[in-house]
Amino acid sequence: MSILHQQRAFYGLLTLALLWSLGYGLVSHGAEGLAFAFFSSFTIAGALMCIWERSVVRSAFSLMATFMGVAGLFLLLGSDFLAMAQILIYVGGILALILFGVMLTPPDLEERSLARIAGAMVFVIGGSGLVWKHVTDATESLAVVPAEELAEMTSQDISVGMAFLHPEQYVVAFELAAFLLTVALVAAVYIARRRTADFEPEEAA
Amino acid sequence: MGVEAYMGVAGMLFVLGIVCIISRRNILYVLMGIEMILNAANINFVACNRFGNGGVEGRMFAIFVIILAAAEAAVALAIVLNVFHLFQSVRPSDADMLRD
Repeated sequence: MSILHQQRAFYGLLTLALLWSLGYGLVSHGAEGLAFAFFSSFTIAGALMCIWERSVVRSAFSLMATFMGVAGLFLLLGSDFLAMAQILIYVGGILALILFGVMLTPPDLEERSLARIAGAMVFVIGGSGLVWKHVTDATESLAVVPAEELAEMTSQDISVGMAFLHPEQYVVAFELAAFLLTVALVAAVYIARRRTADFEPEEAA
Repeated sequence: MGVEAYMGVAGMLFVLGIVCIISRRNILYVLMGIEMILNAANINFVACNRFGNGGVEGRMFAIFVIILAAAEAAVALAIVLNVFHLFQSVRPSDADMLRD
């Protein structure tokens, strides 16, 4: 089967699955189910495309769908601050970093192998099937509020900000995170810098 | 939608992240798989926070996970560039200088 046929089959199946999940969410849970199906199918489809595509650039851009979908799921869960942070940091920061990595390394279109992907799928899904019973046993004991009795969704950014700076809550972790980010960024610049020896002409050495 | 639906999406994203890490031979795909796994953990944190006792602990954990992911991505990209500079390759199996 040629590459074009493979692409057509994959994206056709992906579109069918997306439409099916949208319809299923709409029928079973109404508007909320439709929104959930939209964002979760964005998330899963982005991850699938990231694994499927041969070119790293396409994979990186399909990862954007995953990040946006996760931000939408955060919104559905009532975490507006986290959704904005997700878009700012993941789409605006980490994805741009990955694209820089893509641009600074050579393309390798022959690297993907469907046999490896299928083998990995079988291996991981089989492995998670082995622990599935333990997971369901553990989740039965979770103290979960049923969806009908949940409190009304309100904006959480004030309580998150208060928790960050409250002396008895997370202020130490907050300052440590700031310190860690500074150290990590300085270290990244230090590791990735060009040595001055790279710029010296050959005859001077 | 109950907490099980969100946990199902998080589980699928986690599995796809692991598949991305072990099936591709390019360091950049390993990084992307790690980001997927961290996102799956974040969905679980926020969902358990929403359907739990109404505090902010899950959200705070998710924010710290995002912070760590940003720091990790910056350092990992610097390491990728350095490894490429040294070995002229982005395949993880080619960086085997200690073997000889």
